[in-house]
Amino acid sequence: MSAKIWALSGAFAVIIATFYIGWRSSRTASTAQDFLVARRTVRSRRNAAAVSGEYLSAASFLGVAGLVLKDGADALWYPIGFTAGYLALMLFVAAPLRRSGAYTLPDFCEARLGSRALRGLAAVFVVFIGILYVVPQLQLAGQALANILPVPTWVGATVVTVVVIVNVFGGGMRAITVVQAFQYWLKLFAIAAPTFVMCLLFIGNGGLRDGQATTLTEALPPTFTQNTEIDVRTPVLLRVEDPVWLAARGETDGEPAMGTVYWGPGTHEVAAGTTLHFSKGSSVPVVAGAPADNESWLAPASNGGDLFSTYSLILALFLGTMGLPHVLVRFYTNPDGRAARRTTLHVLLLLSLFYLFPIMLGALSRLYVPELLVTGQTDAAVLNLPHSIAPGILGDILGAVLTAGAFAAFLSTSSGLVVSVSGVLSTDVLRGRVRDFRFATAVAGGVPLALAIAVRQTDISLTVGMSFALAASTFCPILLLGVWWRKLTWVGAAAGMIVGGGLVLASLVINTISNLTGGWAPSVFSQPAIITVPAAFLTVILVSKATPAKIPADVAQIRLRMHAPDNLGLTRDRAVASFGTAEERSRLADGRHRKE
Amino acid sequence: MSRHSAGPGREEQGPRRSYTDPPTKPRRKRVVLADSRAPVTRLRTVIELEEQTSYGEELVRQLIRAQFKQAMKFWLATLAFFLALPALFFFLPQLSQTTLAGVRLPWLVLGLLPFPLLFGVGYWYNVVAERQERDFVAMVEK
Repeated sequence: MSAKIWALSGAFAVIIATFYIGWRSSRTASTAQDFLVARRTVRSRRNAAAVSGEYLSAASFLGVAGLVLKDGADALWYPIGFTAGYLALMLFVAAPLRRSGAYTLPDFCEARLGSRALRGLAAVFVVFIGILYVVPQLQLAGQALANILPVPTWVGATVVTVVVIVNVFGGGMRAITVVQAFQYWLKLFAIAAPTFVMCLLFIGNGGLRDGQATTLTEALPPTFTQNTEIDVRTPVLLRVEDPVWLAARGETDGEPAMGTVYWGPGTHEVAAGTTLHFSKGSSVPVVAGAPADNESWLAPASNGGDLFSTYSLILALFLGTMGLPHVLVRFYTNPDGRAARRTTLHVLLLLSLFYLFPIMLGALSRLYVPELLVTGQTDAAVLNLPHSIAPGILGDILGAVLTAGAFAAFLSTSSGLVVSVSGVLSTDVLRGRVRDFRFATAVAGGVPLALAIAVRQTDISLTVGMSFALAASTFCPILLLGVWWRKLTWVGAAAGMIVGGGLVLASLVINTISNLTGGWAPSVFSQPAIITVPAAFLTVILVSKATPAKIPADVAQIRLRMHAPDNLGLTRDRAVASFGTAEERSRLADGRHRKE
Repeated sequence: MSRHSAGPGREEQGPRRSYTDPPTKPRRKRVVLADSRAPVTRLRTVIELEEQTSYGEELVRQLIRAQFKQAMKFWLATLAFFLALPALFFFLPQLSQTTLAGVRLPWLVLGLLPFPLLFGVGYWYNVVAERQERDFVAMVEK
């Protein structure tokens, strides 16, 4: 019980600290002018911490370790892709986008291509991406809270949604860079310190406890480190490599089971509501589709299908980051294009630092919490690991620190996305009054909450991978071609967005249906980027070439502004033109951009 | 800051005063053909860029092309490295068996190496891109 109190107080402390820092810094910057103008003076180092703080979601904090536990070397592509996306952003988009003066993605579409219709379409996809990204965060929040307290999963999701909406109402948590920067350092500490302690314990104990467990290089399945009881909540198909004796209560392989059961090599079906007992030292059955023994877990892509989905994943993650609405909006905080590039460089450093730890935790959990492989709910690995490695007060404290980090991840990413989505909703769909913003916030929080409760939970990194695919197939072509290709037209951009986005959403629907009806869809439907991204690029280029009359008249002027070095002073900020102070606007009319 | 304090409107102040004079007798004007002060020359080139004269347009086109080439070089090199890895481990499975300092090679190459590599590429690009921009500004100001 004390473990639960520790973990609960960790989560609670994070929520309080977030409120407090947000409240303290919002006292100094409260007006709309402050809000926009003060933002553009943020130093690149702090800005980078804020970008990373907003970016490191539960998919990074919990999901990466869980996937490493399940899929081994193949899962390492997730942290690589999450980081490499920023290199693409830095090389092609960061500085020109900042100099274009656009504030959000729809704003960029309008600024570059001069079409209100395209702006509306872009707003729709921002909403889709945002919702698709928030849903798994909320589901995982529910799971994390259910881990601590005996409550159903919807409670945790609701708590996080309420905290986010209250925070956004009370001045916009995301608006304040300091809060997000704080969240980054909190998350880094919350994952680094426990990893160090657990690695020390692992080495200090002379490796594996009692020498019972399978080492990671053996061609054997992992083994249970203690007598384990598992409640199967959703029906699951397991693969057994080594014959295993267990006690089951419920239904296995389509027959009612009561007492001792023998599972030979092959696949075995377990119905929902079944309880399985495994004794210490017996080998762990693994959910079908994941590598069953440690030898193949260690090696990357061992068959052609894996190779194909690995490439699809690489494409989605490498190109998707630049299209995420909550990331791009932060680049406007930079004073100029050069600072935007430097910020991205710092982000690369901060993310590189962070991702070393979930990988280590994933490998440790293969040894210490293999029981998660039976239910397939490996996202819980990070939170379950401390008690398995260090029973007692030390494990409680480590667990509390990790829970605090996880809640920081839920809160920062969800609020970043809710603010981006509701900002776009209120200005581009509604009429942009304060009342509209409040209504939009309620929608941007409420719809994902409803979906999170209604839709069945899958691995968070897979769902997040889908929203990267959506971003890569809609906004990535518009950004890349918009920045570098003169002949882009709004018709081409719109067609590309509809084709790319439509394909991704179609495969999302097919994949969801297939998950509910026995998983018949091939793996390309769970990560379609390898087809949708080239399709989107091709559509944009072909349609743009067919409509040369729609090239905006001032394209040369816009391109000059995006690419000319900052100290020539050609940049104009769009948001300042509409919301800035009189002094700011006169400076704008003078054609001079404010310098540091 | 000092570079921008000389706004483009400054030269107009002289002629404006002539409106108060009677139209019959033109006022004497000082005609300046060349000004040795640096900011004015610099501004003229910037105006040329902004007004899209053929020279200005050509300059911008060259700049964008150079920037694109530079970014593409870095991107293709990085991408080639990462795209080669899955195929390499797939077609040469014995690579996955190799152990270096007690850790399997794929885990070093995929779990550790990419991060310093990505940061290194980013750092290098930042240096190159900033130099390129300085060069362009220097050329425009010349």
